Amino acid sequence: MLSELDKALIRKLQEDLPVHPQPFKIIAEQLGMSEEQVLKKVKEFKEKGYIRRMGAALRHRRMGLKANPMIIWQVPSEKVEEVGQKLASFPQVTHCYERPMLPKLPYNIYTMIHAETEEQCFQLAKEMSQVVGIENYRLLFSEKEFKKTSMRYFVEE
Amino acid sequence: MDNIDKKLLTIIQDNFPICSRPYKEIGKKLGISEEEIIRRVSKFKDEGIIRRIGGVFDSRKLKYKSTLCAMEVPEEKLADVVSIVNSYTGVTHNYLRQHDYNLWFTLITSSENKLKETIKEIEEKTGFKVYELPARKLFKIKVNFYVPGLEEGEKDFVK
Repeated sequence: MLSELDKALIRKLQEDLPVHPQPFKIIAEQLGMSEEQVLKKVKEFKEKGYIRRMGAALRHRRMGLKANPMIIWQVPSEKVEEVGQKLASFPQVTHCYERPMLPKLPYNIYTMIHAETEEQCFQLAKEMSQVVGIENYRLLFSEKEFKKTSMRYFVEE
Repeated sequence: MDNIDKKLLTIIQDNFPICSRPYKEIGKKLGISEEEIIRRVSKFKDEGIIRRIGGVFDSRKLKYKSTLCAMEVPEEKLADVVSIVNSYTGVTHNYLRQHDYNLWFTLITSSENKLKETIKEIEEKTGFKVYELPARKLFKIKVNFYVPGLEEGEKDFVK
């Protein structure tokens, strides 16, 4: 169970760490904790898997990764496990999920990739298709980003 | 962006040291001073390349519920619908994509009930159906990106 202090620390960690030689010390002072306590807790959160990743969130579009398609795959149910594992093993794939099919979109595995050009995406999708033996797939490119933020937990609306 | 910048961005994405002097630690790996690292990180923030530095939490471990949603919205209604959808804190990503289902967003809430309520509310406010695509199975989630331009052999230096 998370204590109120744990939640207060999580709220701090989901903000932006100050760019300062001792960022955790600054957070500690704001929470009335010692720097050692904060470091111990953050490590614990990471070990327990509450923190999936500690670090910088980048705007990948500004780094030149402008092509960000979802590649969706129509996979027979008995092959979902095998195909899902294989697609996930591509280093360029950042997300891979099984999801329900929609009326106008009968695809059940969703992968996300990020690349510099659309051509690279088509090429990669083709390679992926050959590896998993699934020919029915499509690329849904993002044309516009309306929102991209990090989730803020334990902030009741 | 020089090679040190690229290496710095790679390290800082998921190997931000959890210690008293994290920038000094990163500096040691790259052979430059703490001050120099801080200067470069500040620059990336000013330029908007780094959106924020902090923790990325696992919504499931924190007992939150999340889903992917898709909507079919006529172009002339898009701006209104986007402003309604974006007004929710739990909507973290929202994109226009090339399909009849053109609006795609992720929604995270503190409970299953809250998820249902929010979706119903969005449907009522916008007048359009929200198609839910909850993950049935998670095969992979990896939210750090490779930094374009870093040579093949150099990507392993952080390990």
